[in-house]
Amino acid sequence: MVQTVVEMQHITKKFGNLIANNDVSLKVHQGEILALLGENGAGKSTLMSILSGLLQPTSGKILINDRIVSIKDPQTAKALGIGMVHQHFMLIPAFSVLENIILGDEPHNYLGKIKYIQAKQIIKQMAQRYHLQLDLDAKVADISVGMQQRVEIMKALYRKADVLIFDEPTAALTPQEIKELMQTFRILASENKAIIFITHKIKEIKEVADYCTIIRSGKVIETVKVSQAGEEQLAEMMVGRKLQNNVQKQPVKQQKLILNVKQLTVQNNGRSKILNLNLQVHQGEIVGLAGVDGNGQEELLAALTGMNKVTSGSIQLNGQELANQSVRKFVESKVGYVPEDRQAEGLILSMSVAENLALKEYYHAPMNHRGILNYKYINSFAQNLVKNYGIRTQNVYETVASLSGGNQQKVIIAREIQNNPDLLIAANPTRGVDVGAIEYIHRKIIQERNQGKGILLVSFELDEILKLSDRVMVIHDGQIIGEVDPKTITAQKLGLMMAGKKIGSVQQEVTKSEL
Amino acid sequence: MNCKKYSALVFPLMSIVSGFVVGAIIMLVFGYDPLQNYGNLLVGSFGGAYSIGETLRNMTPLILTALGFAVSSKAGFFNIGGSGQYLMGWFGAVVVALKWSWLPGWFLIIVSIMSGALLGGVWSAIAGLLRAYCGTSEVITTIMLNYVALYFVNFAVKNWLAAQGHDSSATITAKASLRSPLLASLTSNSTLHWGFILALLVCLIIWIYFNRTRAGFELRSIGLNERAAQYAGMNVRKTIILAMLISGILAGLGGALDGLGNFQNISVSNSLPQVGYDGMAVAILASYNPLGIILSSLLFSALQIGGMSMSVYSNAPTEIVSIVTGSIIFFIAIKYAFEIILKKYKLSYPKFNIAGK
Repeated sequence: MVQTVVEMQHITKKFGNLIANNDVSLKVHQGEILALLGENGAGKSTLMSILSGLLQPTSGKILINDRIVSIKDPQTAKALGIGMVHQHFMLIPAFSVLENIILGDEPHNYLGKIKYIQAKQIIKQMAQRYHLQLDLDAKVADISVGMQQRVEIMKALYRKADVLIFDEPTAALTPQEIKELMQTFRILASENKAIIFITHKIKEIKEVADYCTIIRSGKVIETVKVSQAGEEQLAEMMVGRKLQNNVQKQPVKQQKLILNVKQLTVQNNGRSKILNLNLQVHQGEIVGLAGVDGNGQEELLAALTGMNKVTSGSIQLNGQELANQSVRKFVESKVGYVPEDRQAEGLILSMSVAENLALKEYYHAPMNHRGILNYKYINSFAQNLVKNYGIRTQNVYETVASLSGGNQQKVIIAREIQNNPDLLIAANPTRGVDVGAIEYIHRKIIQERNQGKGILLVSFELDEILKLSDRVMVIHDGQIIGEVDPKTITAQKLGLMMAGKKIGSVQQEVTKSEL
Repeated sequence: MNCKKYSALVFPLMSIVSGFVVGAIIMLVFGYDPLQNYGNLLVGSFGGAYSIGETLRNMTPLILTALGFAVSSKAGFFNIGGSGQYLMGWFGAVVVALKWSWLPGWFLIIVSIMSGALLGGVWSAIAGLLRAYCGTSEVITTIMLNYVALYFVNFAVKNWLAAQGHDSSATITAKASLRSPLLASLTSNSTLHWGFILALLVCLIIWIYFNRTRAGFELRSIGLNERAAQYAGMNVRKTIILAMLISGILAGLGGALDGLGNFQNISVSNSLPQVGYDGMAVAILASYNPLGIILSSLLFSALQIGGMSMSVYSNAPTEIVSIVTGSIIFFIAIKYAFEIILKKYKLSYPKFNIAGK
């Protein structure tokens, strides 16, 4: 019998009248990977905060290695061998990787002098054992998100954690980094560590987890052996209803050109971030832009929304030249934009839902009359949108910060679609939202397409691109290096192209690997 | 979200009470009677028509420097230059009142007030322009501009306005003064002047500006999330400059009204006027709400005016008042500690967003 490392029995956690966890029980054994699956607000993070000592349960027991414990604070959790890797990393950017790892637990002599060399040796050995690639001398500010995550993992391991909790670990990673992380999970499990990871991505669960505990509205729905459960079954258990898959894409007849980007070049500090890029979007089509993060997507989006200046080239919308125009000019020329980071770019969190919904139209009639805003109109306008788009909020005067991630995204989508754009640009529109909301957002995007809007979809989720797009463009190093048909392309081919291989050479490599 | 509305009042009130408690403890330690002294303070500030008039008169510049600080803070800027802007406003108003005294009565007053306010506005717009176009920290520039204002005004008064060997300008003509026989007679000859009424009016205007106008919406948006505001098509640069301009105009207006209503002249000073800094405290206590500023400036003004009589009627030093105001600000600053206490005793609702993402 394998040792049970963590057992949570009948945990209930109440915040006032709200029951975040209701009689939740779960078990993890040595060398096991447990996935905690649930929608936003289902109570996963609360449960893990209890385990890591940030919150105290209202009732229930926690057993570590079969002994009842009380985890009063994070220090106790650490002493019990529980390590947490948060979604937002807790690192000091100006410190080196080594310094971040040992921070708070520095090995030192009796005078307090830190033994860096000794620490470095220990960590190097550990890194080798767990196959964690780390540049110990690099500054955290200079390393990739994937490596930052490895620093967090090493931090936990360095403190002798036997249980590692990951809160949505893949949310900020590129496909490659996700793959590496999954590999790390397996290695850690083979070294007898227990892993609990919070997620709402079913694919990752299928790939790496042994067991999956599904939580809905604070209750455990079921714990299943992952190898015996289908993806759809898991999804349905999570949202509690059947998912309607795929809104039908209707063929759209008129193919009027909406967006025409010609020879676009964007330089930043003398380096070309985008070089002679050409891109067209027609009415009634979804053009997917696939590529590894940091290949010019950010700069392209900034140019297409008027946020940044372009060095040369033209951006035409319905035949009208827009390059280097103001953001407002783009908005008025009917470009809708669902930004990648909804909290930093799309919303003003401490403002009300109504004000956020009005953000693109507040300045003209009927919302604005000679400099005075008509709040009566703004509020009824918002009430309509809340109703039509099913935004779950108590009322429109609530701050947007009090909404769940999925509902925040709905606020943005409602606002952008309401403004009746000819071109809708969506950048990672489903990042960090749950399956129910993903389904909703995809349906809305396809609906807009069916109504003859042109849509540019930029996403790091290949599945999303392949599922929604009519055409897929691959961006690499600031250039479009090929166009592919999403119906026939394989993920393997697309992956190679994203890494910078041209179509011809991709054909060759694929044939080679098939031989 | 009723709890939020209450907490906007609860925290400042708790801070004020705590501030008075600290003052009382210190008086006890040094052998003064807190009840008697606080009684004197109350009598000194509200005990009669005259003291009320003085308290209201003293509120006038406080309201305006606080409004100025509130406007810049709402836009996300820390305008510490209220003091210098106030001084420039005072200077501008008195100079015009003295030099253009040939202008007809009310017109002279309007022109004097406007030039004072405008000079204050220009003074902070310098910091706004530097911030918008060069990214220079407004904290540094406004502090530096405070000293430039102080020494410039001292130089100007000494060399251009004051008679040889004197340290202050002549008194402005009666027709340029904001003093009013009516207000004086209502308050047993206090120095209450029309500026107070104007300040209240400006509070209302700024409230409307914040909460009902397009420009105010842009100001708040940029203060809360500059990037999202940019994506919404707002002109960040323009709004920053405008906010700093308005901020300075308000502080300058405070100086102009004080100059024309209270001082009636301008003199060389050793240090920057305290009212510029007190305004920051007033605005923070009111959480930048223009109507709240009326209440918090009333409190500060009462403490200042009442504090003077504290040392008249007993032997307690006036500095006790500074300890009380200082403590109030301290408690406002550690608002977070109060939040924890409130949560512990379940006076406030729990934060729902703890429960999962």
